[in-house]
Amino acid sequence: MPKLHIPASVGVALTLVLLTSLAAWRYDGFLSPYNVHSALRYYSMFNIVAVGMCFVIMTGGIDLSVGAVAALASVVSALASPWGIVPGLLAGLGAGVVAGMINGFVVTRLKILPFIATLAMMLAAKGTALLLANNQTVSASYDTLFTTLGQGDLFADYVPDWASADDAGILGQALNYVLGMPTPFWIVVLVYVVGWIINLSTPFGRHALAVGGGAEASKLMGLPVNSTVFGVYVISGFCSGLAGVILAAQFGAGQPIEGIGWELVSIASVVVGGTLLSGGQGSIGGTLAGSLLLGILYTILNFENGMGWISLSAYWQSVVRGAFLLVVVILQAKINARQGVRT
Amino acid sequence: MVDGKTWIYGKAWLRRYGAFIGLILLILFNVAMTPNFVSLRALNINLTQVTQIVIVAVGMTLVIATGGIDLSVGALMAIAGALAPMIFMEKLFPIGNLYLAIGVGVVVPVIVAGFFGLFNGWLITRFSIQPIIATLVLFIAGRGLAQVSTNGDQQVFAIPQFQAIALGNLFGIPIPFQVWIVAVIAIIAGFILKKTALGREILAVGGNERAARLAGISVRRVKFFVYWFSGICAGLAGIISIAMVSASDANLVGDGKELDAIAAVAVGGTLLSGGRASVVGTVLGALIIQLVQYALIGNGVPDPVALVVKAGLILTAVWLQQQEHA
Repeated sequence: MPKLHIPASVGVALTLVLLTSLAAWRYDGFLSPYNVHSALRYYSMFNIVAVGMCFVIMTGGIDLSVGAVAALASVVSALASPWGIVPGLLAGLGAGVVAGMINGFVVTRLKILPFIATLAMMLAAKGTALLLANNQTVSASYDTLFTTLGQGDLFADYVPDWASADDAGILGQALNYVLGMPTPFWIVVLVYVVGWIINLSTPFGRHALAVGGGAEASKLMGLPVNSTVFGVYVISGFCSGLAGVILAAQFGAGQPIEGIGWELVSIASVVVGGTLLSGGQGSIGGTLAGSLLLGILYTILNFENGMGWISLSAYWQSVVRGAFLLVVVILQAKINARQGVRT
Repeated sequence: MVDGKTWIYGKAWLRRYGAFIGLILLILFNVAMTPNFVSLRALNINLTQVTQIVIVAVGMTLVIATGGIDLSVGALMAIAGALAPMIFMEKLFPIGNLYLAIGVGVVVPVIVAGFFGLFNGWLITRFSIQPIIATLVLFIAGRGLAQVSTNGDQQVFAIPQFQAIALGNLFGIPIPFQVWIVAVIAIIAGFILKKTALGREILAVGGNERAARLAGISVRRVKFFVYWFSGICAGLAGIISIAMVSASDANLVGDGKELDAIAAVAVGGTLLSGGRASVVGTVLGALIIQLVQYALIGNGVPDPVALVVKAGLILTAVWLQQQEHA
């Protein structure tokens, strides 16, 4: 009899639906446009960084520099923002890509463990960000459209008049709900679609998984191991750069000391999404689910505080998040052991 | 031009003695360039700034020797640092005698930190979870536990007898007492690694876990030990950290120390993939990072540049030690 094989990401997606339903039933306004839109706006940065992290982890690597690189990109893009939205965006992305290229170079050419290479980048990016920012936050320009990248609602102006009327009905409300999504949400959608396509339908995506499954074997099969590994760090740098641009745009300032702990949040998202840290396996869809799950958990904790039944200080939240990660990794370990997957 | 053989030999030599030579060069540089470097005060500043990192890094060395990593050390420092004042200020239970209270207030938090270390070991051995993820759990939750138990408030205390753990003198030698604690821990760890069967088993597990298991080594026992030891070291570092400033703030104690410790281990020449480790190297590595920072800041280089230099230092050190395998 064939074994029932449920991918971990399906389990995560089911948990996601279940948690959301429970929360919608328990808390007033949990699914209200205001709550959903502001939560998605804020979590967009973590969602994006998690995509890059997922690619890196597929190859068996890790990128500890994502938070510091995002902070650096936020400073660079804020500095470039007076020249307009496109220069601001490109400057932030460029900073991220350069950092990613350096990571890729150090890992593939100098053969330094990803853990250490990206740890060094974390320090270097933080130092560079502080230097460029002169040890303080850098105001982004409000004269250009730059800040709409974080604060805007891309399609909000395209809501048809009839849908905004009081008697627009359920369809109108839904249209308002969806078109009112914040700009960072649409950026997240774009990043995940592109990431998903790269993962499933390009040679690069298959190579990344093959390299993670076994670098030696991949090399013997003639796969471009070095350029693939280099590529995933560039993707991760790009994602961090994009997150940094949104950070600067959303809060109207480049923040050299932001991003502390982002690497761990994104690693947690990837792991919760069912990607093995040993490489050779991974799913962008799972990462999205994991990333959303952590975000929803955090929002639920906030609402639970608001209910006044229990008073969860901000400190409890990290305890709960740690406990949640604990449950997930133990469950994963048990599933993997049953399915005979190496961990 | 040097021929290939000389170059390979030179690189191996550099890997072996590089950290030591680097340290001497740094001291010479500081003597020549940094104002007031040759003074008891500068010595004590450097020593007190480096002890917490050394003590955590010594525990980390044993963990990394098995091919693992311990991200939870900073959080465990915060837990020990939060628990200790509650005990010696007799908030939890009456003790009566001040010295007894301090004794219990040091020993119990260190033991508790050791138990959290065992928890890491349990996750890693029982569920085969990768160390970086297993210890990520306490990295996230551990500091939260410390903050919850103190409500996020700072605990302030003025007890000279407790402060002496960090800053007292031993036999009138004008070196802060914490340095002796660190020396004892480093000697114990070095002894375990070099002179005991356990030490050889640690290196065997890091070199090739499967082979070690087939050779009859209890991999489980070895891993439990290194994470327990790392927890104990973190607990002690937490105590020293709060004794230094006579205050305990769960938000600050041990913050970022896991990265400093890993950097010290890396610069010290311990192979990060496991199987080869040097406690002396780790101590030298921590001193090198400290002296580089002191030299930069003492000569008016801004803090952010010091960060970038530190990054370059870590990469260079790791690259050099890898040349032996290249």
